[in-house]
Amino acid sequence: MPFKRYVEIGRIALVNYGKDYGKLVVIVDVIYQNRALVDAPDMVRGQMNFKRLTLTDIKIDIKRVPNKKTLIAAMEAADVKSKWENSSWGRKLIVQKKRASLNDFDRFKVMLAKIKKAGVVRQELAKLKKETA
Amino acid sequence: MSYKYHQFQVVGRGLPTETDEQPKIYRMKLWATNEVRAKSKFWYYLRKLKKVKKSNGQMLAINEIFEKNPTTIKNYGIWLRYQSRTGYHNMYKEYRDTTLNGAIEQMYTEMASRHRVRHHCIQVIKTATIPAKLCKRESTKQFHNSKIKFPLVFKKVRPPTRKLKTTYKASRPNLFV
Repeated sequence: MPFKRYVEIGRIALVNYGKDYGKLVVIVDVIYQNRALVDAPDMVRGQMNFKRLTLTDIKIDIKRVPNKKTLIAAMEAADVKSKWENSSWGRKLIVQKKRASLNDFDRFKVMLAKIKKAGVVRQELAKLKKETA
Repeated sequence: MSYKYHQFQVVGRGLPTETDEQPKIYRMKLWATNEVRAKSKFWYYLRKLKKVKKSNGQMLAINEIFEKNPTTIKNYGIWLRYQSRTGYHNMYKEYRDTTLNGAIEQMYTEMASRHRVRHHCIQVIKTATIPAKLCKRESTKQFHNSKIKFPLVFKKVRPPTRKLKTTYKASRPNLFV
């Protein structure tokens, strides 16, 4: 299988370890074989090891090391945020975060909703069973 | 990013005597882990260059030097003199890093790994930021590409915090990117 996600200038990556865990950052330049200069709209430009990054499919069009304004403009133009939130990976992360932040009442509501959904599914299943039987 | 080696500017001179009312002041930039070590290193070098020791000299100032632009990548050339098992040698090494302290740290670790030279056997002669055209080493020149592109071939699956680390896993991890 050939590689599809490359480390390149403009590649969006997700931080998977450390202080900035869960952030989406842009690879702005490559320092060395295993370090990159990354930037995000809400953090100071800094270096990060590739081991802390997971590459995503999203890539934006920027030149080497743009200044913050150009970076933010390019991110808006490529609409990174909505692309990420609509991708299945992004959606899964949002759901995970939501689940982790539920309070007891929310979990009660989720339980009721699950029971209701299971009830509806079982009714349909019983109907189908009756038809085939 | 915390660096092990800090850059200090150390200024000192010999004590004034009757024959020499205004002794010459010497300034040195060196790398040490802390200020105490920096002062000690300063006297070490000064002893080798001038006839002055810590006992008949005085420290005038010691300041830490911080990187002016830690958010840009630079190519650093480091000239050093090191002691190997057979004698002294000079070396020129190039590193790509955002700060000079980071490059020096890279240098110390690389010398230790490649040549088994420990910190106390290395003397930094000179450091400079090299523009991309004048870099000599292929390993730094290969990153001078504005359209650089390479895949990450080996993905190590790591738990996001040390707390979630387990010795045994249910299934083999998928190492493909």
